[in-house]
Amino acid sequence: MKIGVFICHCGSNIAGTVDVAKVAEEVGKLPDVAYSTDTMYACSEPGQEGIIQAIKDHNLDGVVVASCTPRMHEPTFRRTVERAGLNRYMFEMANIREHVSWIGKDKESNTQKAVDLASIAVAKLTQDRPLIAKKFGVNKRVMVIGGGVAGIQAALDCADGGLEVVLVEKTATIGGKMAKLDKTFPTVDCSSCILGPKMVDVAQHPNITLYANAEVDSVKGYVGNFEVAVKKKATYVDWTACTGCGLCTEKCPSKKATDYFNEKIATTTAISIAFPQAIPKKASIDPEYCIKITKDKCGVCEKLCPTKAIRYDMQDETVIEPVGAIIAATGYDLFDYTRYGEYGGGRYPDVITSLQYERILSASGPMAGHIKRPSDGKEPKNVVFVQCVGSRDKSVDRPYCSGFCCMYTAKQAIQTKDHLPDSQTYVFYMDIRAPGKMYDEFTRRAMEEYGARYIRGRVAMIYPKGDKYIVRGADTLAGTQVEVEADLVVLAVGAEAAKGASNLAEKLRISYDKYGFYMESHVKLRPVETNTAGVFLAGSCQGPKDIPSSVAQGSAAASKVLGLFSKDELESDPQVASVDIKRCVGCGKCIETCPFGAIEETDFRGEPKANVIETVCQGCGVCTSTCPQGAIQLQHFTDNQILAEVNALCQQPLVTSFE
Amino acid sequence: MHTINLTESFDGDFVRKIECESEQNVSLCYQCGNCTAGCPYTFAYDIPVSQVMRLLQAGQKRTLLSCKSLWLCATCESCTTRCPNNIDVARIMDVLRHEARRQGYGSERSVKVFWDTFLDSVKRHGRVFEMGLAVEYIARTGRFWTDLELGPAMLSKGKLAFKPHSIQGQAEVEKIFERFQQQKEQCA
Amino acid sequence: MSSSPTYAYYPGCSGQGTSLEYETSSRAVCEALGVVLHDIPDWSCCGSTPAHTVDHVLSAALSARNLAQAETLTGVEGIATPCPSCLTNLKTAGRRMLDPQFKERVNSLLDTPVKQPLPAKSVLQVLFEDVGPAALKERVVKPLAGLKVAPYYGCILNRPPEVMEFDDCENPIAMDRLLEALGAEVVPFPLKVECCGASFGMPRKDMVMRLSGKLLDVAEDNGAMAMATACPLCQMNLDLRQSQINATSGKQHNMPVFYYTQLIGLALGLDKRLLGLNKLCVNPKAALQAAEQATAGAA
Ligand code: SF4
Ligand code: SF4
Repeated sequence: MKIGVFICHCGSNIAGTVDVAKVAEEVGKLPDVAYSTDTMYACSEPGQEGIIQAIKDHNLDGVVVASCTPRMHEPTFRRTVERAGLNRYMFEMANIREHVSWIGKDKESNTQKAVDLASIAVAKLTQDRPLIAKKFGVNKRVMVIGGGVAGIQAALDCADGGLEVVLVEKTATIGGKMAKLDKTFPTVDCSSCILGPKMVDVAQHPNITLYANAEVDSVKGYVGNFEVAVKKKATYVDWTACTGCGLCTEKCPSKKATDYFNEKIATTTAISIAFPQAIPKKASIDPEYCIKITKDKCGVCEKLCPTKAIRYDMQDETVIEPVGAIIAATGYDLFDYTRYGEYGGGRYPDVITSLQYERILSASGPMAGHIKRPSDGKEPKNVVFVQCVGSRDKSVDRPYCSGFCCMYTAKQAIQTKDHLPDSQTYVFYMDIRAPGKMYDEFTRRAMEEYGARYIRGRVAMIYPKGDKYIVRGADTLAGTQVEVEADLVVLAVGAEAAKGASNLAEKLRISYDKYGFYMESHVKLRPVETNTAGVFLAGSCQGPKDIPSSVAQGSAAASKVLGLFSKDELESDPQVASVDIKRCVGCGKCIETCPFGAIEETDFRGEPKANVIETVCQGCGVCTSTCPQGAIQLQHFTDNQILAEVNALCQQPLVTSFE
Repeated sequence: MHTINLTESFDGDFVRKIECESEQNVSLCYQCGNCTAGCPYTFAYDIPVSQVMRLLQAGQKRTLLSCKSLWLCATCESCTTRCPNNIDVARIMDVLRHEARRQGYGSERSVKVFWDTFLDSVKRHGRVFEMGLAVEYIARTGRFWTDLELGPAMLSKGKLAFKPHSIQGQAEVEKIFERFQQQKEQCA
Repeated sequence: MSSSPTYAYYPGCSGQGTSLEYETSSRAVCEALGVVLHDIPDWSCCGSTPAHTVDHVLSAALSARNLAQAETLTGVEGIATPCPSCLTNLKTAGRRMLDPQFKERVNSLLDTPVKQPLPAKSVLQVLFEDVGPAALKERVVKPLAGLKVAPYYGCILNRPPEVMEFDDCENPIAMDRLLEALGAEVVPFPLKVECCGASFGMPRKDMVMRLSGKLLDVAEDNGAMAMATACPLCQMNLDLRQSQINATSGKQHNMPVFYYTQLIGLALGLDKRLLGLNKLCVNPKAALQAAEQATAGAA
């Protein structure tokens, strides 16, 4: 076999602490190595050309590149060797950057370790065989999970691109958090005026099927061929019949139901439509408060409904949706501020969250857009905003910045002045984070034009005094303690992962960070991909995001799906398990152990044998270590290949002392 | 206000010692001011507690050891309880006091004398003798008017014992103080 | 209850003088409710605040002598003390002695080393957890109906939460529940854990005037006829120094400041002499009578 080896400098990233020329020289001495050299940037255009040229000049059968993590550039170099006419699996990569140069300073030992790693790769390559990917068909339907602005954007972009879209929304209406906002920063334009038309587009788009009040139950399959079970939760109203006339909601006598859309600052009727612009505009019943369902009395809505849509006995229903790709756009939830006992822990009616304040500001909210205190309905004069409630606070396990609170607080301060010209706002902040376009100017306007008094410091306690509240904080710039007598206190609560996010992640087989936010495939270069092929991310499920970023991500995820579906067939990864029929005794241990259900029993001339469904196999290798016969082998990671690597390493003379 | 030369006046040994003794990392403080906001004594401090933290980060030994705030902190634990970075701020205040004592500072004399007198009383009797403490404190500070008006009430309520409640183990307690004097500092 | 909860009891120095009535009423209430207290033999002062302002090993050693003395008692499940300052010192010492090096340094100051520090609790915690509001309610013979009382816990009974490990550190409720069980009306008191001025009474009276004055103001604003405390120092600042506070601020507070154990004793109908109501500087008679009349009027 004729192997070519390329030791990359990575500028000074590797060459700074590894003698790359020496590594090339040492590895060049190995039996199968026909060509060995060092190269400045193996991944660059001249670097890749150098590899291609060497393959041709020296008639190489395979190539080893010793450089960075395969995560990033293995696909790059596989394409390179393919361009030179080799099979792409006749390539091995040794990571001498993350595993060597970035973690050790001693040039001599670094160089030795780099030689070891490159030699291991050479040994593996001698055992490599060309592998050919199989092709399989793609179901060009996409599911978007979550109907907030990111999900809406993704759904519309996919649908406009000609794809069939299934949009699954947990609550009774799409619109997400944005639908609850009164205005948006930094333009102070009306949230529902810009979101509303998009929601209507969703409802009317011929390519979009919307399941509201529904959740993903289970996900089977793989990129191109997923099968998602969607649970449609009972609404007790037949939505095919309901016209959204709202007659039932006017007459329902049970008026104390929790109003989730209004963030619990008001109550609603047991049968309700979330808000006037709701999509779908359909009524649903909260069974906890329905007198008919709880006590078998009433039944008013059934009598009134002109289309006879009420179904008190409705059950949850599960539908199976075959799709080829999934976009998770499940958004975020708000930090539970009642954990701050020093802010009253939820005991003070006029200490509210920023989202509750949005509902107060909103003309379609329960106060019709007049700012009034929840406790007594009085107009507040002094309104205090407290930022970073549940953000940048290690003591409540929320060390991260939620990113958008500075901006919405400035907006709310501006709006307060607009609504109540005699009011005075105070904003307690730690730092102002306003790096977006026109953002910093916006916060300046709140101070300069709207007279918001910004105070740099945290608030230590809030307590009632008469019908006001004492807000005691610090002004660290003045170096003193300060107190403000407030009529209303608005807590800028931070964002946290949506409830149930980790649960869904496990169904989708994607990873999430310790706070429950979904992990993208690469922080910078693959922001909407996940490590599970065919599953993409949009919006705040990946981390707190404002509207522009969420929309951008929605579109980005859609373009990824459109790109994926631009091919009629996809190639399966040939690095999957494969059974040696002659050795297999049909014991079935691998079938039991496979976490993906990728192995089935087949009949081979009257004998049971294991058979791998290649498109389902994820290449995890659990079966290969289970098989008592060594009959099932993971392609490209066969026992022989791994042993060759081990041998290469252990044949080295053990010069290291184990200090 | 004077200019602080941050390169020259930074006393790294001092910072390390306070960190070692308090088992806290002062770099965790991001100057949110929550400690100052909650501290009931901010009104009386010459340097608010968040600025004590700041000056500690800046290694300003003399300013800190000579400040009055150290002696006015009641260890009420408000700062420690609410610090978003879980810094035990009250412990740092305590440890700064320890160091101030060692280096001979005591910027609120009346407080220091009161505490010293208290401990002398414990050392002498094994338990605090409240009446003796008051008399001794007044003698040491010369503040004869201290709580004069409360005397009659205390006496008529029978709340002040005239004799110390000495205990058998008094010598043991005294030895605690003596052995402590001999003990080497842990973070010296 | 199968066997009575039994504790090593640490009275604390002020119980021998300025807070005599807290001491006697705590004992009386515990006895009445079946909590057995065995005094720690020949206990000594914990050093209170002054000791920890000098050094943490010294402070821990002064408490540790008592931990060691408590180890001579058998059949006790822990140490109980009425005083939050003593409690903090006992708990801090026990907690820091989990570190073998620290323990070693502390023990080297003692004649008798501590083996395994006993857990310490406030009498309030014992009454709340081992007896509980429901059982207390059943024992009430003279309900305190009509008595509007502000529950004041003081700054260190629940803080810092990692050390004190009892109740909520911002809005504790144990005393509220016990007082409610007595039939009293607990008024909202937002400064439950705010500092009263602590031991600065003598050296910096001005600070106590301001901080305790504010507590009285807020209690009054919230409609309290009386305050209930669980700390000798708080009680002294609010009660004994109330006349000074009035003189400084020009206010006319006339707010009786009870130990919560006195109120429990009253409701249980315990011997008045043990409750020491006559030791309070601000006479509680008027408040108690007003409360009685309020309920009589309502009935
Ligand atoms: S509360 Fe903590 S982080 Fe904030 S200023 Fe004080 S010590 Fe620093
Ligand atoms: S412990 Fe000291 S510094 Fe901290 S809040 Fe209390 S008095 Fe202030």
